[in-house]
Parts: sequence; structure tokens; C-alpha cells
Amino acid sequence: MALPEVKQTATEARLATLTMPDAGCTRAAREDALARVLEMGLPGRRDEYWKYTRPDTLISAEQPHAALFHSDEPLLFGNLDRLKIVFIDGVFSAEESDDLELEGVNIDRIEDICCKDIHWAKELYGVLEARGQSPVQRPLAALNTAFAADGVAIHVTGKPAKPISLIYRHASETSDAMLHHIIRVESGAEVTILENGPAASRFNKCIEIDIADGGTLHHVRAQGRDHERCAATHMFTRLGQESVYKSFTLTVNGVLTRNEQVIELTGDDAIAHVAGACVGDGDFHHDDTVFVTHDAVNCESRQVFKKVLRNGATGVFQGKILVKEGAQKTDGYQISQSLLLDDDSQFLAKPELEIYADDVACSHGSTSGAIDDTALFYLRSRGVSVKDATNMLTLAFLAEAVDEIEDEVLSEAIVNRLEGWLSRHI
Amino acid sequence: MAALDQTQVKEGVDQETVDAVREVSTYKYGWDTDIEMEYAPKGVNPDIVRLISDKNEEPEWMTEWRLAAFERWTKMDEPNWAMVHYPKIDFQDQYYYARPKSMEEKPKSLDEVDPKLLATYEKLGIPLKEQMILAGVEGAEDMPAEGRKVAVDAVFDSVSVGTTFQDELAKHGVIFCSISEAIREHPELVKKYLGTVVPVSDNFYATLNSAVFSDGSFVYIPPGVRCPMELSTYFRINAENTGQFERTLIIADKGSYVSYLEGCTAPQRDTAQLHAAVVEIIIEEDAEVKYSTVQNWFPGDENGKGGIYNFVTKRADCRGDRSKVMWTQVETGSAVTWKYPSCILRGDESQGEFYSIAITNNMQQADTGTKMVHLGKNTKSRIVSKGISAGKAQNTYRGLVSMHPKAKDSRNYTQCDSLLIGDKCGAHTVPYIEVRNNSSRVEHEATTSKVDDDQLFYCRQRGMDEEEAVALVVNGFCKDVLQALPMEFAMEAQQLVAISLEGSVG
Repeated sequence: MALPEVKQTATEARLATLTMPDAGCTRAAREDALARVLEMGLPGRRDEYWKYTRPDTLISAEQPHAALFHSDEPLLFGNLDRLKIVFIDGVFSAEESDDLELEGVNIDRIEDICCKDIHWAKELYGVLEARGQSPVQRPLAALNTAFAADGVAIHVTGKPAKPISLIYRHASETSDAMLHHIIRVESGAEVTILENGPAASRFNKCIEIDIADGGTLHHVRAQGRDHERCAATHMFTRLGQESVYKSFTLTVNGVLTRNEQVIELTGDDAIAHVAGACVGDGDFHHDDTVFVTHDAVNCESRQVFKKVLRNGATGVFQGKILVKEGAQKTDGYQISQSLLLDDDSQFLAKPELEIYADDVACSHGSTSGAIDDTALFYLRSRGVSVKDATNMLTLAFLAEAVDEIEDEVLSEAIVNRLEGWLSRHI
Repeated sequence: MAALDQTQVKEGVDQETVDAVREVSTYKYGWDTDIEMEYAPKGVNPDIVRLISDKNEEPEWMTEWRLAAFERWTKMDEPNWAMVHYPKIDFQDQYYYARPKSMEEKPKSLDEVDPKLLATYEKLGIPLKEQMILAGVEGAEDMPAEGRKVAVDAVFDSVSVGTTFQDELAKHGVIFCSISEAIREHPELVKKYLGTVVPVSDNFYATLNSAVFSDGSFVYIPPGVRCPMELSTYFRINAENTGQFERTLIIADKGSYVSYLEGCTAPQRDTAQLHAAVVEIIIEEDAEVKYSTVQNWFPGDENGKGGIYNFVTKRADCRGDRSKVMWTQVETGSAVTWKYPSCILRGDESQGEFYSIAITNNMQQADTGTKMVHLGKNTKSRIVSKGISAGKAQNTYRGLVSMHPKAKDSRNYTQCDSLLIGDKCGAHTVPYIEVRNNSSRVEHEATTSKVDDDQLFYCRQRGMDEEEAVALVVNGFCKDVLQALPMEFAMEAQQLVAISLEGSVG
């Protein structure tokens, strides 16, 4: 079917600004992805999946612009023993990064993998993204597969002693970056992936994660404080039998952030938890879009998303649990909640269930409201100031999402960040 | 019902529920009336629109209104966002107007109506006599006489065949007649209100309806009047290949009250038929309207052949402060249901309620729910939806709760539960929640465990285990919804009370 004219024009204009990297073995995958983009067109305002978030700045052909932000906070995960991989405006920096050698894991740059004969990478690049295009189209991810110039391929074969930390620095006010990572966790292997930093003025990132039977991946990410940046990220995760995927995202500020998680439970007894806490002020717009597909027996999925919004900030949650026919004994849970600190902020949610199996327990809840007056009164009657009381209640509200992080050191780092935000903003 | 007989029911779903679903799914209204009909030519075009308008002896302004709607409709696309699938409808391959020959000369009173038509309604359990006792409703004999009167407007294919108790209602100032009569007799009211809740351009089916609606009911309750009896419309599709497009307009003036019932059935045919209705309700200050439906259109056979495509737009506009509307629906019929009775809560402290039980079986598909649009301050809404899916059916709840910036201190509570019987069916939930101020509270729940804690505590205290207690409370709640239905529907409702939602999924 021909695309609507507006969409066609916007797509062509954006594509005209991009050149496909000459990337050897990923070439075929990239060309397929480009064909998908041409067929789908880039997202438009009238698309149902973009009902609450305007994709304009994410797809515009003009060069983005975002002022640089210098934080006075200590570096996130700064004291942690980790393997650092640094990207500056979307380009790998060998100088800033650690040596990529670590026991139990092989790390290569995407552009290098075609020189080596790494079968797993060829079988993964663009594959999960392509699977994730149905039943809902995600054109920005396909665009990423086609044009991302950099990224890493992480092959986890054992249990590396320290987390792998992907750090994204923003150095140019007009940077427009695309990164594409692929991660394969082998059977019985276990890894923690950390991500932080604002990355670029406009950032399009895609990660494809394939977790084999019995594998485990922990993911903790913090999106940077550069307020003017905009970002669209996609994580496509496929889980094998008895495998585990746990992901948490913290977002503070940013005029536009769209985080999509596409999770497919394909092996029995697999577990997937995704959580997010976001705090926004002013012209902040944050969108969590999650799609969990249960395609095996006795799997568990959990989505916990909390948003604190003030001064006209907008929080969006679109979550879906799809239980396919035969995916019996599914345990699906989804909660999305917002705390509106003033009258100008808004929360827009679409928590969906689509269920084709009868022996399942799926539930979802969604609430929105202000700080509870009774709780506030209780704290004040005990001599706590309004500011402290509000902070306390706000942190308590976010705690359910932060608690999803298993590692205490990591969760403490996140709580510190949240406290920092609260002390600056409330 | 073969499909349900072979179904392996999962543990925890009780047999009573399965039996109840089976019972309601046996279609008892599938017979047809052999009666001579008069049809307009097949298809829809400006001439047909004029012809319908002409048949109803409408004034010029109404004809123009219809033609403008038709013009717009030709430029619109069919909606495709609902989770329902059906072969493309050929809108030119159906009749848009069919009326019994005997209705050519409008009968002056019920005594003049063709006995065949009267017998049809008699057989459906809706006798068009101004009698006191409703046929077949258990327990009706013991009710006080006052509570039993129900005025009925009976619509047969494209025309209203008669309205009962008109004189008695007129004594109270209540106008209850067919919409075609209202257009002729009360043009000032129709002109003032028609299309103000569901605008001509609202959606594909509402626009089509605006162009070709043939009849329907009209109700006006004057200020301060509590309607002395329940009002009811019974829709019957009889003719083959004929679409039914009726339009209902209800106006509850300041401080008035009315309870309105709607029933519908159709013969068993193996071609699908279209039903696209529009219901508009205007509720002024301090007025209250209860609108109850038992939708029992022919659902098609177990292979999905035939049945009614039910594409309905229903909306209530709570214009005045403290106005109130309550939609109760029991949806058991139709091959495809596309229906979202909505509430626009414009007046301060206005209230909207939506209670729904949707049962789908075999190849039925239902995409139904509600919209609660909070515009006024201190507005309240409550949504309780129970979807039950069996056979190969698909049952979707789709709803919108929207709190506008000015709707301060408003409140919404939504609960939607679904139950699957068998592993070949589907149950889906698609809620949209838009909160644009912080003094309002919105809660969307879809678990059975979130029943009232006090009630649970009470049951547990008396020695029930948690599961039993939840089942009891939820069950009791479901019965509450059903018992809120007026007596008219008691028969159907009695069959449904056995349904429990144990083992529900959200």
C-alpha cells in the first residue's frame, strides 16, 4: 500500500540525509532494514502507536541542536569496578575506553565483526529488530539497523567478574547519533550491562539481546540530564528457556525520550522484568512503550513504571502483554503510575492486554494522582517540613520501580541520582 | 453450541458459569415473520436519502441535514482500529428501507396495527398491549402494579409500528414517540438537540446513520418530572439483506428522571446484516437517565455464518450540573459488536456510570467499552466491565478515561475483568487513560484481588479462605450489576447471575 504523502515526503527527506555505512557482512541486513523503512515510512503524528508522543523531532531531516550540559554531580557508577566502553557523540572512543578484554566475554565493534567470522553476530544483527516489527511497526528501529555507524557486539560465554558499562558522552551541540549493539548471552552465562549518559543531541539507539537457555542479563541504564536532547531507543530481547532478563531505566529530564522495549519469551519458565522511574520538569516528555509477548509455558513478566511530573511535564506509558495461544500458566503483571506534582502536568497511558490462553494470571493497573494529603499531613504533624515530606513521599512512590534492581550498589547509585533531582527541583 | 460442549474448561471456572454461558448462547429469537414488505431500491445514494426522508414526511430542513451527512459519508473511510475482522461490507448491496406493507397507512392506534406484527412482538415477550404484567418475567406477579408499567416503542425493520401508553405519559408532559413523528410534531425540540451529542461528522457509521436513519425513538421529559413508568424500545430486524439504522434521541430536562430500556433481536439468516444505530442523550441540570440494553441480535451460527454487524454510536451529554447517566449493557448477541456508550461529563459534579457484561461465544467478536470525558469540576465516573469469551470468540474491552485540565477534583474508577472458557478464544483490554490535572484521581484495575478490603476481611473473619471470600465478593458484585437492570430484562438477567468470574484475567 502506498504511504500517505506527508509520510512519504518526511521519510524521503530524512533518508536523503543518511548514508549507509559500508559494513561488509551486515550489508544484507541493512539493506533489508532499509526496505522495511521504505515500506513502513517513518512514524507520523497520526500513527496510533505515536498517539501521545510527537515523533517530529526524532525524524526531522534538519540537524538537531541541543546545548551541552555540565553536571556537577559525581560520575554515575564512578566508584564501581566496571569495563568502560565510551562513545562520544555516537562514535567509539578507544582512548577513553578500557581495554576490551574481559574473561567470559568477547567484545567487538560492529564494524570489525565482518572481518572476523563471528557467526552469532551475523545471525543476530537486524534479526530481532525485524521480528519486532510485527504486529506493531517500529520504523525508527529499522532506520537504526540500516544506518547505525557504530556499536558493539557483546558475546557473553561465562560470568564476567565486572559489569560492562556503556558510556555515552555528548560533545557537540549538533550531534545526530545512531548506535546499534548486539548482545548474545550463552547458555548458563550471566552479565550486567550498564548504560549512562546523554549520548548526543539526537540519539537513536537499538540493542538486540538474545539470551540462550539458562542465561541471565541485568541491565541498568540512566539517561543523562542534558535537557534539550531527544532520544528514541529500542531494546529487542528474546529469551530462551529458564533465562532471565531484568532491565531498569532512570530518566531525568530531556525534552523528548521514547524508550521501547520489545520482549519475546520463547522458552518455557523464562522471566522478564522491565522497570522504569522517570522524573520530569517543564517541557519534559517521556514515553515508555513496552511490548511483551508470551510464547511459551509458565513464563513470568513484570512491568513496573513510575513517573513523577511537574511544571507541565508529560509522561506516557504504552504497555502491552500479549499471551499467545498455548502460552499457559503465564504470569503477567503490569503497573504504571504517575505522581503529578502540580496541575499542569499530564499522564497519558494505554495499558493493554491481549490474551489467547485460558490458564493465565494477567493483571494490570494504572493510577494517577497527586501527593496524598493525609500522608503529607502525617509527616508534617511530626515536624517534617513540606519540602522534606514531599521528597520523602516522592521517593517512596518511586521506590517500587527502583526496587526492581537486584544489585544494591547499583540501586543505591540510582537512588542518589533521584535524591539529587528532588533536591534541585522540589 | 457444539464448540462449548467439547471445551476443556480449566480448573477454577465453575460449571454453573459454563452452563449459563451455554444457555444464553442458544438463540431463541431466530424465527422470522412472514409478512409482505415494501423495500426501497437496494443501495445508498442521494435519491435513497430523499426517499427515506419523503416516506417519513419530513420537512425540508431534515432532508437537507441528511443529504449533507450523506455527502460527508462518501468522503469517509471505514474505521479499522477495532479488534474485529469481517469481510468487507458492500454498502450498495443492501436495502436501507423496508417496512411492512400494512404500515403504509400509519395506524391511528394499536388496535389498527397488523395482527401479524402484534403477534411477532407477543412471541418475543414484548406484548404491545397496555397491559400490566410482563409476560414470562418471574416474580412480576408479586410486584406492585405501579412498578410494572412499561411504555414500548416497537421498531420493525425501518419503521416504528406503535408506541404504548402515549396518552398516560402525555398527562405528565412526557413525549414518547417515534423519531419520525417527533420530526413532524416537535420540530423545535428535534432541531435544537439532534446531532448535538453525536455530530453528523462523528464517525463513519454515525454519519451513515445521519443520512439514512429511518426511525427510532424520541423522548422528552419536561423539567422536574419523574417519568411515571419505564420507557422501552424494542428493535426487531426481520427483512433479509436489510440494514437497520435507527436513531434515538432522549432529552431529560432540568431535574427530571427516566429509565429507558432497549432490546433487540433478529431472525437467524446466513447472510450478515448491518445495524448502525445512534443514540443521543441530553441531560440537563439535576436530571438523571438510566439507559439499559440487552443486546441479543442474532450472533451467527457456530461457523460464523450470518449474524448482525452491530456498529453503534451511543453517547450521553451531561450538560447540566449534578446531572447523571448510567449505562447498563448486557451484550450477548451480534456477530460483530462495535459499541462504546460514552459519557461527556460537562456539568460540574455530573456523574457517569457504565456497567457492562459482554458474552461472546463461537465465532462472535465484540469490541466494546466506554468513554468517560471529564470536563466539569468534581465529576465522577465508574466503569465496571465483565467480558466472557468462549468457543473461538474474541472479546475486547476498549475504553477511554480523559480528565481535562479544568476537571478539577474528579474521580474515575475502572475495573475490567475477563474470563476465558476454553483455549481457543481471546480476551483483550485496551484502555486509554489521559490525566491532565493533578487534583483528579484515576484508577484502573483489572484484577479480582482488588475487591473491597473490608468485605474481604469480613468474610475471612467468618472462616472463609481468601479465594472463597474473593469469589463471593466478586460474584455478589456481578449480581449487583445484573440486578440493577430493570424488570423488563429480568428474564435474560436471571440466566446470567450464575456467572462467576473466578479464574478471571484482567
